[in-house]
Parts: sequence; C-alpha cells; structure tokens
Amino acid sequence: MGPETLENLQNEAIEEVLKAYPAKAAKNRAKHLGVDTPDGVKGACDSTRSNKQTVPGVMSQRGCAYAGSKGVVWGPIKDMIHISHGPIGCGQYSRAGRRNYYIGTTGIDTFVTMNFSTDFGEKDIVFGGDKKLKKALEEIDELFPLNNGISVQSECPIGLIGDDIQAVAKKHKADSSKPTIAVSCEGFRGVSQSLGHHIANDMIRDEVMPDASARKDFDSTEYDVAIIGDYNIGGDAWSSRILLEEMGLRVIAQWSGDATYKELAIAPKAKLNLLHCYRSMNYISRHMEQEFGVPWMEYNFFGPSKTTESLRKIAEFFGPEIQEKTEAVIAKYTKMTDEVIAKYKSKLEGKKVMLYVGGLRPRHVIGAYEDLGMEIIGTGYEFGHGDDYKRTKDEIERSTLIYDDVNEYELEKFVQKLKPDLVASGVKEKYVFQKMGLPFRQMHSWDYSGPYHGYDAFAIFAKDMDLALNSPVWSHTKAPWEKTEEVGA
Amino acid sequence: MSELRQIAFYGKGGIGKSTTSQNTLAAMCHYYGQKILIVGCDPKADSTRLILHEKAQNTIMQLASEAGSVEDLELEDVCKAGAGEFNPDDTEFSDGYIMCTESGGPEPGVGCAGRGVITAINFLEEEGAYDDELDFVSYDVLGDVVCGGFAMPIREGKAQEIYIVMSGEMMAMYAANNISKGILKYANTGGVRLAGLICNARMTDREYDLAKNLATQIGTQMIHFVPRSNHVQRAELRRMTVVEFSPKSEQALEYKELARKIIANDLKVIPTPLEMDDLENLLMEFGLEEEVEEDAIGKRAEEA
Repeated sequence: MGPETLENLQNEAIEEVLKAYPAKAAKNRAKHLGVDTPDGVKGACDSTRSNKQTVPGVMSQRGCAYAGSKGVVWGPIKDMIHISHGPIGCGQYSRAGRRNYYIGTTGIDTFVTMNFSTDFGEKDIVFGGDKKLKKALEEIDELFPLNNGISVQSECPIGLIGDDIQAVAKKHKADSSKPTIAVSCEGFRGVSQSLGHHIANDMIRDEVMPDASARKDFDSTEYDVAIIGDYNIGGDAWSSRILLEEMGLRVIAQWSGDATYKELAIAPKAKLNLLHCYRSMNYISRHMEQEFGVPWMEYNFFGPSKTTESLRKIAEFFGPEIQEKTEAVIAKYTKMTDEVIAKYKSKLEGKKVMLYVGGLRPRHVIGAYEDLGMEIIGTGYEFGHGDDYKRTKDEIERSTLIYDDVNEYELEKFVQKLKPDLVASGVKEKYVFQKMGLPFRQMHSWDYSGPYHGYDAFAIFAKDMDLALNSPVWSHTKAPWEKTEEVGA
Repeated sequence: MSELRQIAFYGKGGIGKSTTSQNTLAAMCHYYGQKILIVGCDPKADSTRLILHEKAQNTIMQLASEAGSVEDLELEDVCKAGAGEFNPDDTEFSDGYIMCTESGGPEPGVGCAGRGVITAINFLEEEGAYDDELDFVSYDVLGDVVCGGFAMPIREGKAQEIYIVMSGEMMAMYAANNISKGILKYANTGGVRLAGLICNARMTDREYDLAKNLATQIGTQMIHFVPRSNHVQRAELRRMTVVEFSPKSEQALEYKELARKIIANDLKVIPTPLEMDDLENLLMEFGLEEEVEEDAIGKRAEEA
C-alpha cells in the first residue's frame, strides 16, 4: 500500500465501496467513480461515465424530466401559469420547493408559488384528459386574466395514454392570443432531470424564440446582456445583476428566476448571453448564437475570486470603458470581501468539504470554499454530462474524489473514509450526515438562506459555513458513555 | 352448488367473439340452467347486446365519468339482468339467468382503454358482483392481449379458463398463437389455463384439420367447430342469440353442444405457443401456402 496521501485514500475508498457490489454493478459503478488532480494528467474529470441509467435498486438522488422542465426551467417564469398536467402529486410535491424568489402579487400578476394541476383521476386516464386540459386553460384565463401565458407540463400518464396536448395548446393559443405551450416532459423520459431541461429548452426554442412581437419595439443599447441559467434561488439573480449593472451593463432578461415571458422573448436582443447554469440552459444559449448571432459566455459568481475573474472576462467583451468601471466595482467589493475572509478564514481554514449537488454547483462553488481556505476533497453531479466533468478539472485545487450519480451507500462510505469536516449536498442527504455528527449544508436551497451569488452574498455564504461547522451543538453529539473521562471532566 | 368458474373469450378482432360468446353463454343458460355474469371488456360495449336486446348498455366507465368517479357508482347502476328468458325472474326454460356489465372505455384514439378494463373489473370485485349464486363469470375481451389492461382478465384470481375464438384464416391463427403467449406469461404467476380453441368457421380450405392441428400443437383441444350459418345473422338483426331466436334450429344445437362441452371441460393446460416459423410451416403443411423460396420474399406476383 502506498503512503498515506489524500489521493491514495481516495482510491482506496473507491475500491472499498465497489467490493460490496455484485460483479456487474461493480463494473458499472467503477466507471462513474474516480480521482482527479489539478495537474495536467488526465484523470476522472476526463473519463467519468455520466448521464447513464442509474443502477436499479440503489438510492439515487436524481429527479425526473418533469422536475427538470417544470421544477427548474419553466416553473420560475413568474407571469406565466404552469399547469402540472396529470395526477395531483407531481404538482403538489414540487410546489414552491425551490425558493425561486420573485417580485409581484401572487395570484394576481405572478404565480410561481401556486400549484395549478389538472388533478387526473381514473376517468381522465381512461377517456383521455384533453377536454379537462382545455377546460383548465379556459378557467385559468377567466380566474387569472393577468397571466401572460400558460405552459402545460406533462406528467407520466400523459405520455402513456397519448393525449394530444400540443393540439389543445395550439387551439387555446389561437383562441386566447396568449402563449400556450405544451411541454412533453413526462417523467419516465431519459435517465434524470437533465432531459427535462433539454426538452424545456427546446420548447422555448420552438414556441418563445419565434415570437418576435415582444422584440419589435425594443430599444437596444450596446451594453445589453441577459442572465441565462440563474433561477434566483434565495435571490441569487438579484445579487448578481446589481454587479453587472454597476459595471455599466443593462440586464434585459433573467432566465428564468424572477423572469417574465417577455424577458424570455427579448433575450435574442442581448449583445451577450451570460450563462451561469450551463447544464440546464446551454441548449438555448447555443440556439440563440446560431439563430440570432448572440454569443454566450459562462461565468461563475460564487466567491470573490471567481466573481472577480468572471467580471473581468465579461468586461473584456465590452471594451475599455466597461473594463474601467468594472475595476472600480471590483475594488469596492474586494475591500468588503477581504473583511469577510479576515473574519471567517481563521475559523474555517483547512476544513475539508465534500460536495454532492446538481447543475453547475459541483464545480462552481469550489472557489467560494477555497476563498475561505476550505478544501474540497470530493465532488459529484447528480445528472451531469461529460462536458460538466471536463469543466470541473479547471476548478479543483487538489486531489479530488469524483463521483457521478453517487448513491446513499457510496456517499456514506466515502464520507466515513475521507472524514470531511463538512458535507454540502441536498435535503435527502442532510439528516443522514447530521445524525452521523457531521456538519452539513444544503447546497440546493442554500438551507433556506442565501443568496450565494455575487460579492454581497459571499458574506452570507461565509457566515452560513461558519454556523454549520463551528456551532457548539457538535460538542454535544457524543453519547455520555462514549465520552472519555478527560472530556467529561 | 358448484364453485364459481371464471372464463374468458379472446380472439382476433372481427372473428365473431362477441357473437360466439353470447350464443354459447345463452345456450349454457337456456339448456343447462347456468347462472352467468358477463363482463364485457371492450370499449365498443357489444358483449351483451344480444342478451339484453339493446344496442349497447350503459358502461361502467361511462357512468363513472358522468357520476364523477367510479367510487360514486352502485352495482345496480352497472349490472343489468338479461332480457326475456335470461332474466332471473323468468324461469320458463330454466332457473338460469345472465347478468350483464360492460367495462366500456374511450372513443377510438384517445385515453387508455386498458386502464378502463382494470378499473371496471376492480370495481365489480370490490362491489361483490361475483356473488355466490353464480356458476360462471365470463369475460369477453377485445382483440389481442395488446397491453396490461387487456391481460387483466387473465391475472391471478380472475379468469382461469381461456377460450380462444379463431378460424382457419392465417391471421386468426396468428392471433390465437399470440394470445397463447399472453396466457403462458400469466400461467406461471397465476392459475390461468388455456381451455380450448373454438373454431368459428369461415369455411376456408381444410379449416377443420388446420384448427385441430393448431390446437394440438399449442397443447390444447379444438373444443368445438361451429359451422357458419346465416341463422345467426338473422337472430342478430333482432338483437337476439340464435338460441333464443330459434332454440330448435341446428345452429342453436351446435351452441348447445359447445355449451355442454364447456360445462364438462376439464382439459385446462399451460399452452405451448408456436414460433413464427413453425406456424408458417403448419400452414404450408396444409397446403394453404406454397413453400416460398428465400429470394421470392417481398416480391410481387408479376415479379416472381
């Protein structure tokens, strides 16, 4: 056995985890696990198998296509009503769970936290639900006349019984002259929520992008940008756009946190599309580039280092004037973030962290932790693809355990072996690790805190990590009979 | 009183399943005094019309849709006594009677007819439609076992004896073989068995031999060869079975004989369906198809 290095420990962890599996499952899972280091040698970030069917029988954390379309992409668009088309559960259990903040009067001109469902019963399955959908669309327009459009988000049964929701939507669109968009995002399609993002993007491409009416009287400026792939969780998009505005840009659209239908439709007018969550919105960014010639740029607003780096990259696109302003913005906020680092770094430095999240976070949040002196030793994506893993290589700072679609068993074993000081993942993992006596932060919902994007938010992020790690509660997690005398004395 | 027997009629669409099943069940009631419940499992809802003298009875799913949900229905709403001699109160010919239900389902092209069958059968069971007095429950199922819904009648605790209505035509035989595959699948998990082929004759070449041979190969019997008779059509125009229309006719006596055989039937097997090639060979053996050279497959008559 090699020396006790982090890399060796990580490789051992994988070996031990795979031992528990039958040969076929071990062979499959081995391809999803690996170790990578920041140096030039190609490692797990290059070769990890991803976006494949989960091994049946394990506890996966993945969602479904409906979750990807309704829950992620469409749901936050605030002035549209999104119908969960099918039985009641999908809509009700995904209701308002993602904390997509928005401004508006709920139920009057905005509808994000409400649940609209066609509430399928047996008879709708047997006789088809098209008539019911038609009625729902009509009722919505009568009860909520200020809605600026309706999307129909298909649950599984719609695809099974073959309802023609596209025809119903088309008819209603003609009758109401409002956007009515049917999305066939049945949960059984694909291997995770990722296909749902893609399907949702495709419907924006087919139904929203061709709508030129919103763009007709639009007064452009040279500095128009659109934020793409920020869902305004806990206000993330707001704490992002103030920076862009301070550096002299005009944010014409937020996709799709706190967004309106019109913001979606005018995005092709942007001079540059700024893409935060690559996974869920790279498709439409590419489309806008091809169709409307709008270039797109990925950026990262987690932690001061990455935020500063991103601001400079964005400013470079717009030239010296903006660059100058941007430097002033950076200088102003760096003073503040330096103070944050000064306050927390001593308490957090050297603390090891393991991440397991979705979308962009498994790589994007690494910088924020590293700014506080914390060390990411493991990360993985619920539903990432190869291009996500390749992008991760640039973000890791040390030997890192990479785990794709990791299941409850594997993650628990990895944590036991690598002994991180903090696990940052989702609500399904939270209590597993807290009950093991480990500090934990939810990195899907920011544990009901946030925002975490931008400079201001870094103060909140740092405080949250300090709260999680240094809470006095952890000194009480040992059972009395397990305490040594010295501790008890 | 004997134990309740649950039987089902399957077969290719258009083969005359509903006509055959209703005439047979009518004969079981008329000549042998059997007490029967018919469960029509076809959105067309034509499995009971000859017994009821109606165009089509109100179906479970249709009534459930009107009432709101299937939970809002009562058994009396959906279960109708047969007309005339098939009514429990009419004892002119026998003590037997026939009760009728239809699962119903959507218009062609929408919804899920299979789910309708599942919902309807669950409802009948929960409401106690299969009461102790009955001798037979008979399911009349549309076409082929195309999906889980149409396999519902042959699952655990449902129909135990399957009668496949077929003819000497190739497609009808394919369908019969396919249905056997469906039965085979459920035979190992539940108790369903193939009880026989009923040949509803089309008077094609060597039909009797062919049907009999197919039955043997699948591991079952050709329980009866029902000859073609215009008498059946005449009765149907009056929305009647030939048994009720003219109980002394030769055709009615054919159904009487089939009814007797079904009541006495104790040959219930796990079928051994044929592979496609074997089925084609069987047809060739009986001279219905000439042996075709490999390179002639897919060629038009004038090309060959």
